[in-house]
Amino acid sequence: MRNCLWRDLGLVNYADAFELQRALVSRRKRGEIPDQFLLLEHPHTITLGRNGHMENLLAREEILERAGVAFHPTDRGGDITYHGPGQIVGYPILDLRGWKRDVLAYVRAIEQVIIGALADFGLQAGRIPAMTGVWVNGAKIAAIGVHISRWVTSHGFALNVSTDLSYFQYIVPCGLTKPVTSMSALGARVPRESVIERLVFHFGRVFQYDMAGANIETGELIYD
Amino acid sequence: MTDVIMPQMGESIVEGTLTKWRKKPGEHVERDEPLFEISTDKVDTEIPSPAAGTLAEVLVEEGKTVGINTVVARIDESGGNGARAATPAKPAAAPPPAAAAPPAAPPPPPPPAPVSEPAEPAGISGPLSPLVRKMARDNNIDLSQIRGTGAGGRITKQDVEGYLAQRQASPPRAAAPPPPPARPAALPVEATAYVPPAAETPARVRVEPMSTMRLKIAEHMVMSKRTSAHVTTIHKVDMTKVAKVRERLKTDFQTRYGLSLTYLPFVTRAAVEGLRAFPIVNASIEGNNILYHNEINIGIAVALENGLIVPVIRNADEKNVLGLQRAIADLAARARSRQLKPDEVQGGTFSITNFGSFGSVVATPIINQPQVAILGVGSVEKTPVVIDDAIAIRSICYLSLTFDHRLIDGALGDQFTAKVKSVLENWSEEVL
Repeated sequence: MRNCLWRDLGLVNYADAFELQRALVSRRKRGEIPDQFLLLEHPHTITLGRNGHMENLLAREEILERAGVAFHPTDRGGDITYHGPGQIVGYPILDLRGWKRDVLAYVRAIEQVIIGALADFGLQAGRIPAMTGVWVNGAKIAAIGVHISRWVTSHGFALNVSTDLSYFQYIVPCGLTKPVTSMSALGARVPRESVIERLVFHFGRVFQYDMAGANIETGELIYD
Repeated sequence: MTDVIMPQMGESIVEGTLTKWRKKPGEHVERDEPLFEISTDKVDTEIPSPAAGTLAEVLVEEGKTVGINTVVARIDESGGNGARAATPAKPAAAPPPAAAAPPAAPPPPPPPAPVSEPAEPAGISGPLSPLVRKMARDNNIDLSQIRGTGAGGRITKQDVEGYLAQRQASPPRAAAPPPPPARPAALPVEATAYVPPAAETPARVRVEPMSTMRLKIAEHMVMSKRTSAHVTTIHKVDMTKVAKVRERLKTDFQTRYGLSLTYLPFVTRAAVEGLRAFPIVNASIEGNNILYHNEINIGIAVALENGLIVPVIRNADEKNVLGLQRAIADLAARARSRQLKPDEVQGGTFSITNFGSFGSVVATPIINQPQVAILGVGSVEKTPVVIDDAIAIRSICYLSLTFDHRLIDGALGDQFTAKVKSVLENWSEEVL
C-alpha cells in the first residue's frame, strides 16, 4: 500500500494555506515528500476559481469587508465558493500517477470519501450528475475544486459541518442556484475531530492508502 | 516542429476545454514549463510544454473545447535557446512531418466557429448568451426544450445545467418536461455501513504512528520479498591475510588519513572483482529484459538510530581500499547526520550489508530493489580450523549472498561468492 500523511492544521488563513500548498506541490513533484492530505479550516473567505464569474459574487467587496469576509481569486477549478468556521477543508496533495491518471475519477473518488464519511453519521448523501460536489436532498453539503500540475493535485473540497450558512448569501455557490446545507443543519451535531477521523479513514479506503498521521509544528511540516 | 496535443486527462474523458494560454505565439518556452491550462469538471490542469523552443502557432483559442489528441499548437525547436528563432517564419519549404498533415488546420482558426450551429428554433424567448449557445452546441441540446427562468423568460446557464442534470437523471427523451425543480435524484452510492468508533485503546499499549522512514522501509522490504525469489548462499572465508594487512596498515591509516580501517572496504573491493567477473550479479530486471549496468555502484547499508539507509558508492570499481574506506566513512557519517543528497541514495547496482559489526555471524539479508543481489558480511572471528590435518587459528568470516533466483541460478551465485572469497583469501598488495 502507498503511504499518505494526513494532518489537521486547524485554522489557517487562505493565503497561508495557498502558499503552503504551493510549497508542498513542488516538493511532491520533486519526490521529496509522500502524498499528503491536509485538513484545515479557513476564516470567513470567499474564493473565485480561475474560470469563475464575478457576477456570482452578490455583494460588493466593501460589504464583504464590513462583514469580515476576505476575498481571494485563486487557481482551482470551479466557480465561486465560501469558506468559514465550522467547515472542514480538505487539500489532498497527491501525485495521481501513483493512483490513476484520471481527473474525473479523482473528483468522483473525493466525492466518495465525503459520501462515506457522511454515511457514518447517518446522513445519506449522493451525487447529482453534471454537478460535481456532494448533495443531500438536493442541497449541497460539500463543494469541490481542484488544480492539477503534472498530475500533482492541490485544492480539494470543503465540507459544511456546522458552517453558518447565512454567509452563502453573498454568493451563488459554484454558480448554481441550489441551496446549501451542513451536517448540523441536517441534525448531525458532531465534533470536528470525529468527522476528520472518518474522512481520513475513507480517504485511505477509497485511494488505497496507508494513512499516517503527522504532528503539526507551526508553519513548516515535519518530514523525516 | 513539435505538435502539442490536447492530452487525455482520464479514461472517460474525450475532450478538454482550453482555458488559458500561458505563452503567446513567438514566445520562447522551456520543456516542461506550463504552456496552457485546460479545464474539465471542476479540475483545472496545467499542461507542460513537450519541447523547448518557440511557440510557432496556436491552433486552438482560449475557451474552445476540442477532442483529445487534437493538435493545439506547434513548437519550433530550431531556435535553440534564443528567444526568437533566426528563421522568422519558417516557409512551407520545410517538409512537415508526414503525419502532421490532416489536423494542420489553417493557422488562425476563424473565431466564430461556423460549425453546424443548430438553427435557432422558434419559441425561444429572449436573446441567448454565447455561453448558453455554446453549452447547447456542446451538449447537443434543443433549446426549445428548455424553459427560461431568466429575465423575460431568457434561458440562463443555470437553466441549461438543470436541464442537463435532468436529462442525465432520466435518459428517456421526454418531450418537454417542465424542468425547473430538477429532481435531486441522489444517485445510489456505495453502501457504507455504520462504522462504530474505534474501541478504546487498551491501557497497556502505547500507540505511535510510524515515521515516514519506517513506513518506507516497511514498504520496500515487503515489496522486495514479493518481487524477488530470494535465495541465500553462505560461504566461509578465511580473512587471515586481510587481517594481517589491516593490522599492518591500521595505525598508518589513522595517522595519515584520520580514518580507521575496517574490513568493509576489503570486502567491497573483492565484491567489485566478483561483479566484474559475473556481470549478471550487477544487473536488474525490467519487464522481460535483463539490464546489465555498465557502472558498478555499490550501496552500503548504514544503520541509523531508528532506521536504515543505503547510500551508494558510485563507480566503486574505480576506487582502491583507501578510496572505498573514505567513501564509506563519509557516506555513513552524512547518513547519520541526515545530510545525504537524494542522488547519493539512488542508482545502486549491488549492495553490501555489514551486520558483522553488530556481532552477527550469519544473516540472510533482503535484496535492495531493483538490484538482484546483496552481500552480507558476518563478524570476523579468530577460529580454530583444520589445515593440512593440523589445527590452526585463523580469522574466519561468513559471507552470505542473497540473490534473486529469477535471474541468478544457484551455481552462478556460488561462483560469484567463491570469487569474492578467493580475492579475500589470496589478498595481494596490488589490489590495495
